[in-house]
Parts: sequence; structure tokens; C-alpha cells
Amino acid sequence: MISNLAVLPIVIPLIAGVIAILIHRKLTIVRRFAQILTVVNTIVVAYVLFYVSQNGAVVLEAGDWMAPFGIVLVADLLSVVLVFTTNIIALACVFYAPKSLSDQQEEFYFYTFYFLLISGVSGAFITGDLFNLFVFFEVLLMASYGLIVLGGEKVQLRESIKYVLINLFSSMLFVTTIAFLYSVVGTVNMAQIAQRVGEVEQTGVLTAIGILLFFVFGTKAALFPLYYWLPKPYIAPNPVVSALFGALLTKVGIYSLLRVFSIIFVHKSDITHELFIWIAALTLIFGAIGAMSTNNIKLIVAYNIIPAVGFMLLGIGVYNSTGYAGTVYYLVSDMIIKAVLFLLVGAIAYLTGTSDLRKIRGLIHYYPFLGWLFFIAALVLAGIPPFSGFIGKLLLLQGAIESDQIIVALIGLAASLLILLSVMRIFIRGFWGEKDESIIPDKKAARSFALPVVFLLFFSILLGVGAEWFYPSIASIGDYLMNPETYIQSVLKE
Amino acid sequence: MEIVMSILAGILFTTGIYNMLQKQMLRIIIGTALVSHGAHLFILTMGELKRGKPPVLSDEIANYSDPLPQALILTSIVISFGVTSLLLVLAYRASKENGTDNMEKLRGNEND
Repeated sequence: MISNLAVLPIVIPLIAGVIAILIHRKLTIVRRFAQILTVVNTIVVAYVLFYVSQNGAVVLEAGDWMAPFGIVLVADLLSVVLVFTTNIIALACVFYAPKSLSDQQEEFYFYTFYFLLISGVSGAFITGDLFNLFVFFEVLLMASYGLIVLGGEKVQLRESIKYVLINLFSSMLFVTTIAFLYSVVGTVNMAQIAQRVGEVEQTGVLTAIGILLFFVFGTKAALFPLYYWLPKPYIAPNPVVSALFGALLTKVGIYSLLRVFSIIFVHKSDITHELFIWIAALTLIFGAIGAMSTNNIKLIVAYNIIPAVGFMLLGIGVYNSTGYAGTVYYLVSDMIIKAVLFLLVGAIAYLTGTSDLRKIRGLIHYYPFLGWLFFIAALVLAGIPPFSGFIGKLLLLQGAIESDQIIVALIGLAASLLILLSVMRIFIRGFWGEKDESIIPDKKAARSFALPVVFLLFFSILLGVGAEWFYPSIASIGDYLMNPETYIQSVLKE
Repeated sequence: MEIVMSILAGILFTTGIYNMLQKQMLRIIIGTALVSHGAHLFILTMGELKRGKPPVLSDEIANYSDPLPQALILTSIVISFGVTSLLLVLAYRASKENGTDNMEKLRGNEND
């Protein structure tokens, strides 16, 4: 009975999404409904998190089919922590949405797509089955296709076609890879794949399949050189949608990489993980350069997703428990801070009516609070102590140095500076400077934009200042990922 | 038989990718459909096509066909039909909005 806990974070948003279809025209009701259901879901996930941290992983064998034959849902500490973070972000976004979206956009099933996105993301985190990972990827991608065209502007249609095509192609590659893997190991259950790959010591063909999977997840996670599709589609939709995308979608790709390359393809780490380190370094460099290259404030934030993904890949590549712990810490911290930045940039664009940095100046005279929120967010992003970005980066760099990857660690530090510079540019050019007399301040809107951001920043600061409380559990996740046996045993129960 | 099917899947992949690299939106969509069919055929082939017996699992039966690939492609086919129809609608709307179905002409200014 208690194992049903694993399915709740998927099912609650799914049902909520379906109900939201039925009442989509009654705006006040659907808004309240979505907010209440998100709060309920967050509380449920918080309970699951509490339960898992006390009693270990919850494994649900759907329909009582035994583990390698049926579908399993595995809620271990790693996945539940990520699901909880997802829900925190969803909570902020659902309160930001009514202000940011037009009534018409809300009516056209925004809340349905929003709930399906949450359901898909949670499902991808929780599933213990490679094919179901594909299915949940499709669930969240379908919802994201709906969200990205919501509004139907010219630029949205243009960018969404590219976005859909890229994702469709990588999904088909994913299916093909699963077919390869199935023909070699004869199963799609991740724990059993891990076991069988271990038995044959990961022969050459399995390593090739691993690299193919890396390409699939690398496309979803926007790694070098597969990131070129990311920035523009992410800024085309409404800021709330951008925040959800920037916070959740690429992170699902990184999570899948973390899972697959910590439990399945670990026997030839001199090939795979060495490759990751260099791709991580290139991702860091090119992402940071991209963030410096533009004057569009939304695009700056969207480009900043890429070096963050590079950092996380670095943690997977160095292949030790400190590196894994750093990846997880950075993953959680980055999910929150990307949502914060997108929401703030969306607020700036709404209040000034433009996203061109050259046309914005002196905002701090009108919106001092928003300015300082942005300043703190920039510090968190760049990893200035005592905020959460710092702890994650510290662990990652420590992990890199433990594995004698000094050059990549230095590249990471340099990229951090560029990231700080790119975001500070928005602060210096947009908030400082002389007063722009043409702005008519809208304090009320600014306040309602600021509230969800404050909520998220609170968690971000808590993660940094309270690192001593969180570090033991994150470190235990790092150790857990280094020992795939624990995962295999908890699923297959041998 | 498996070899023939693998070659067929390969042909579907190549023609699909060729079509995806074209400029016309409709061709791109046909390309994606072909690629997904290739992938589905491939899954089916990987589970071995013909073993001669229905998928019944019990102790005395040693020869049975594998039900899993069928279950997998069924899911995957539904998903790919859904995405293809979405893409068709999207392409229709985009071509109406932009007055062209040529991907090259959809490039635009980043600030608009």
C-alpha cells in the first residue's frame, strides 16, 4: 500500500490537468483550482520526500507485476528531491501566471498543459524503466509543444516548428537506441539492464549504445554541440512558460544522463566519462560566450542555461561521489535560479515593454525591490558565497580536482566569471543609469511579479545558507550513485 | 528475415532524413513520419520476428514469441501519430501566418 506513494506525484497533476480541461472557460475557478491543486501536490510530494528520506527508496511494481517484467516506478532520494524542486517551481509559476498571461491564453488550456508538464517531468524523474522514460519524455514534450505555441504569434509558430522537429528527431533516435539495447540485453528495466551490462563487462557494442544514448539526452539537455536549438524557442513563449522550460526541461535530460551513466554504463568510464569532461568544458565555454553575445535580456538568460548544464555534466564526468553530489546540488539550485531569472526578466520585459537591453535604463529608480532581487539572483547564478550556486560549484570543482581534472576546473571558474558578467550587464545597463522619464511605473504589477520570485529566492538562499543541513543527504545521494548495487537491489529485490 | 527488415528500416531512415533536410515544411513532416516508422520497424525486428509460437509464458513452453516489442511499438506509434498530427496543424498555421511554407524564409529578427 505504501508503495503507491511513488505514483502520486504523477497522478495528481495528471488528473488535475484533465479536470482543468472541463472548466477551462471559467477563469477564476480554474485559476484557484490550479493553485490549490499545486499546493496539495507539493504537500504530498513533501510527505513522499520525508518518507523516502526516513525509510529508503519506494518501489512500485505497477499492477503487481514482478520487477523485471512489469513497469516499475522507483522513488529514491534523488528522484524525489528533484520532483520536490519541480513542484516548488510549479508553485511559484502558477501564482505568477494570471498576471503574466492574457485571459485568452489562460482559457486556451494553459493550466492543462501546465499540469501535464509537471506530470511528465515527475514521471521522467520517478520511472525505473528506459522505455517509460521515453514515454514520459513525450508526455512532457507534448505539453511543452502546447505551451510554446500558446498565443499563436508569428515568432512562436516559427520557433515551435524547429523545437518540435528537433525533439521529435531525438525522440526517434531514443526509440532506436532502446531497440538496440533491447536486442543486446533483452530488457528495458534499468536495474536489470545495469545488472546484465555488468555481467558482460560492458562490451564494445554496449559502449556504442551508451554513446548513442548520450547523444539523445545531450540533445534534450542542450550540450555542446547540440544546444543551438535551445535559446530562441525558449524565449518565444510567455515568461512563465520560459521559466518552466528553463527550469525543468533541460534538467530532465541531465537527470537521465546522471541515471544512465551512474548505474548502467559505468564499466568503461575511461571512454564515456572522459568524453563527458571535455564536452562539459566546451559547453561551458560556448554557453558563456553565447550569453555575452546578445543584447536581448531574455536571450541572455536562455543562453545561461547552457553553461549550467555544462557544470552538471562535469560532475557526471569526473565520476566520484563528490562530483555526483555537486551535480545534484547544482541541479536543484539551478532549477530554482533559472526559474527566478526567467520570471524576473519576464517582469522587466512586461514593465518596460521591451526586451532589448539598449532601450532599458534606470529601472532602479522605479522598482528598487525588483532590482535587488535581480542582483541577488545574479549572485546565486554566478555562485557567490553564501548562496546555493556556490556550494554546488564548490563540490563540483572539488570533485574535478579529486580526479585530477585541473584544466576543466579552471575553465569552469573562468566560465563562472563570464556568466556573472553576462547577467550583471542586465543589472548595470538596465537598472542603473539615469532615470528614464518615459516609464509610467506600475507598482502593483511589480509587486505581484515579485512575490513568487521572493518565494523561490527564499529556497535558493536557504539551500546556500543552510548547506550544513542539506549537505549530508546530498552527499549520501552522491555515494548512492557511486554504488549502483543499491539501486539494483532495491528494484529487483534479490 | 531480420536482415531484410533491418535494411528496410535503414531505407526508411535515409529517405526520412533526406526529406527532413528539405526546405518545404510538408516534406519535413513526411520525413519525420518515415523516420518514426523506421524506428518502429526496428524495435519489432530487434525482438526477433518469427519464433512460431504465441507469447504464452509457462514452465513447459520453451518456444514463444516476445510480446514486449509489440507493446513498445504500440505505445510509440500512438505517440508518433499524435506528434505528426500536431506538426501538421502547426505547419498549416505557421504557413498561413507567414505566407510561406519555406523554412528558409522563416528566419527572422531576434527582437520581434
